Amino acid sequence: MSSTGTSTVTSVRPLSKADETRNERNKTLAATVGKNKGVLAVGIIALVIAAALWLVPLFWAILTSLKKESDASNADFAVLPREGLTLESYRAVIAAGDVPIWMMNSFIVSVVVTVLTVAISALAAYGFSRTTFRGRKWLYAVTIASIMVPGQILIVPLFQQMNALRLIDTYPGIILPQIVAPMMVFILKNFFDTVPIELEEAARLDGASRLRTFMTIVLPLSRPILIAVSIFVFIGAWNNFLWPFIVINNPDLLTLPVGLATIRNAFGVQYAQTMASAILAALPLLIVFMLFQRQIVKGFATSGLGGQ
Amino acid sequence: MSSLTSSNEAQAPVAARGSSSAPSGSRSTNARARSIQGRSGFWFVLPFAAAFAMFLIWPILSGLWMSFTNQSLTGSGSAFAGFDNYSEALGDAALWQALGNTVIFTLLTVVPLVVLSFVLAYLVYIGLPGQWLWRLSFFAPYLLPVSVAVAIWQWMFQPDFGLFNGLLLRAGFAQIPFLSEASLAMFSVVVVTVWWTLGFNFLLYLSALNNIPDHLYEAASIDGAGPWRRLFSITIPMINRTTVMIIMLQILASLKVFEQIFLLTNGGPNGATRSVLEYIYDVGFTGYRLGYASAISYLFFALIIVISIVQLRVMNRKSA
Repeated sequence: MSSTGTSTVTSVRPLSKADETRNERNKTLAATVGKNKGVLAVGIIALVIAAALWLVPLFWAILTSLKKESDASNADFAVLPREGLTLESYRAVIAAGDVPIWMMNSFIVSVVVTVLTVAISALAAYGFSRTTFRGRKWLYAVTIASIMVPGQILIVPLFQQMNALRLIDTYPGIILPQIVAPMMVFILKNFFDTVPIELEEAARLDGASRLRTFMTIVLPLSRPILIAVSIFVFIGAWNNFLWPFIVINNPDLLTLPVGLATIRNAFGVQYAQTMASAILAALPLLIVFMLFQRQIVKGFATSGLGGQ
Repeated sequence: MSSLTSSNEAQAPVAARGSSSAPSGSRSTNARARSIQGRSGFWFVLPFAAAFAMFLIWPILSGLWMSFTNQSLTGSGSAFAGFDNYSEALGDAALWQALGNTVIFTLLTVVPLVVLSFVLAYLVYIGLPGQWLWRLSFFAPYLLPVSVAVAIWQWMFQPDFGLFNGLLLRAGFAQIPFLSEASLAMFSVVVVTVWWTLGFNFLLYLSALNNIPDHLYEAASIDGAGPWRRLFSITIPMINRTTVMIIMLQILASLKVFEQIFLLTNGGPNGATRSVLEYIYDVGFTGYRLGYASAISYLFFALIIVISIVQLRVMNRKSA
């Protein structure tokens, strides 16, 4: 049993070392194969121009955030700073205290949403993939069908429901409606379906409970897909605007995207400060992306979304 | 049963090698495993099922009920109204305008968000050094909260000393009212949306391209196929499934546009950029008419289902 065990472990990982080297080879191959000089030159130029266009808004925001307020909103337009660069706006924004509070709220909400969503989705996906109970097929069919429901059309009844439950202006009010993610159940179930059942059987014969085999055998094998799903859920929760915007009125409970929308109006013409808070708000996910780029890109491939 | 067959296929060779005592293969092993587990499976699904019933099924049903009433946000008057809300919606000029705007927005965004994201992903794929830099350039905007993306672009569109008009005025041209003129505002919204969301499709394409097996290219170049030939005979057909999926996801996402329009133009000027979802929000939360807002939600939902079904039909025929 143990020999088959190890061989299957490598075979269920969707992106193993071998895949990665294959991908690397692909790239170099494509590069040599595509060495039609003229076409390649045009391609390079197009890519450089597009990347520059894509980065201009970010650079413009960073540059503005480092200017003095009087410089940024000077009626005599200039791209480069005339009064030097300064961190004044960042200091002002942080001292005002709102942005750090909102960032904290976003962090708490996103982490809790991610943990709860992944936990209940993984349990359900395992239940749908590996167990039987009355109504299982029916429940799974309803879950899959609900992927079609655009969540935004539910804001009105959800708001009424939260009102009735007295969850307006509370963390649970922001968090709970976000933890239902049929798409993630679908992705996880598809993955669990590919995990060989023999591994669990051995543990079952040794007397391990269902939950225990799930925790100690299936979950460790599913690390890549769990990471991918967590990243998707976290980005979604971090950037969610509509629901927190509707359910929260208390300024101390606002999440970053919603708080920033109110600041834009409050600051009026203070462009340097607005850009400084925008940059501060953008930083956490950008840093996470730079650190975990490989995993995120792999996540797209692993989730089945990126496959052919 | 179909849900289990895929796992059977995956494990079949393993079972054949692993256990000599199971000559009939995976099906019997599976049955044995299931007899061990009994009914306990429901407990795995219970937490999700409870949240699902509470925060998805219940709102769907209560919203449907609400759409037949005069429910208002202030709580007063929830009398049964029959199909009044629905018949009012059909004759509501503002709703038709919002629907028209939504369709135009969808047409204007889907094409660049599919074509451009493919072209950029392909250019990155055919091999320039420093993939991470290109990935970062195109994907970074997708990671911005919508209010950050909008704040940056509002600053670029600013009439007097925003980047675009500042440069235009410097160069002696007239300023362009990007957000305040009806005919331009929709294009500005589209530009912001393409910039903000392209990275998602770009990464999907990039990972699909990286999954194409290299022996196909090897064989093609041995047969003397040039770069264009390889692009149209290998690359594009091989990523067909990804393209179909991106088109479908993009159409649905564009139909549901709300946040960037709400923050950038608030639907203005004169409703020229107001989308259906923004109209639902306006009716329900600024106009306090929850019943009517629900009715519009359900009409829109029905429309989305019809579009999805049509898409599925067309796409299935294409790939078949």
